[in-house]
Amino acid sequence: MRVNIALKGDEAAVRVLVKHPMETGLRKDKASGKVIPALYIQSLIIKHKGQEVVNAKCGIAVSKDPFFFFKIKGVASGDDFNFSWTDNTGKSDSKDEKVG
Amino acid sequence: MSIDTSRRLMLKGTLAASMAGVAAAAGLLTPTAVLAAWPKAAFDDKSIGGALSSLLGSSSAANSGDVKIKAPSIAENGAIVNVVVKTKLADVESISILVEKNATPLAFSADLAKSAAGFVKTRIKIGKTSEVLGVVKAGGKLLSAKQVVKVTVGGCGG
Repeated sequence: MRVNIALKGDEAAVRVLVKHPMETGLRKDKASGKVIPALYIQSLIIKHKGQEVVNAKCGIAVSKDPFFFFKIKGVASGDDFNFSWTDNTGKSDSKDEKVG
Repeated sequence: MSIDTSRRLMLKGTLAASMAGVAAAAGLLTPTAVLAAWPKAAFDDKSIGGALSSLLGSSSAANSGDVKIKAPSIAENGAIVNVVVKTKLADVESISILVEKNATPLAFSADLAKSAAGFVKTRIKIGKTSEVLGVVKAGGKLLSAKQVVKVTVGGCGG
């Protein structure tokens, strides 16, 4: 997971990029003819100083290697952010990032 | 090519911090808690009305000039379509993106706290030429804007 936080005034432009296949469960493997099982991120949560500011929910129609961009107000240099995602198999990842 | 370039730019400078936070933050959020909150019925619904009703409590979202949606009018690759939904309305509770012609229209929905601006950008898959709907829930009401995206190569098939 890659995160970029750009502060302008007290508003933070928060960009998140996750490396994830985002398989829909609708595609077939061309060689074997078997359906490729669904594997996609369902949830991305962003916390600012411990408070949840974004709770994003994704379906299969979010693109491979999903990219998200939000704008959070009331942010100061040095503030802590936490990012975490979970996919439909329960796999998850989390990352802390300081503004600045 | 242009996507790759902007992605590289975005990543610049964030590499160093990539591993430090992972260990520290592990366990803050259990998968079961998140999965329980994931609105399966809304994402599985085959109609916009059904998905909205299940997700946001009302099946209709009035078209509003206060909601703006930005997407390409022609997508060369339906697998990666940039969509921005934004609003200047106060008390935004959530912003959702739905694709009318996808088998399950609901693509993405973000609950926003008060400190989050009425803005989301993400990349979605659009199977075939379709209206894309941005729905903002603000002050308990659903408001929307839509745009047709013409797809020349499908994003949902093999």
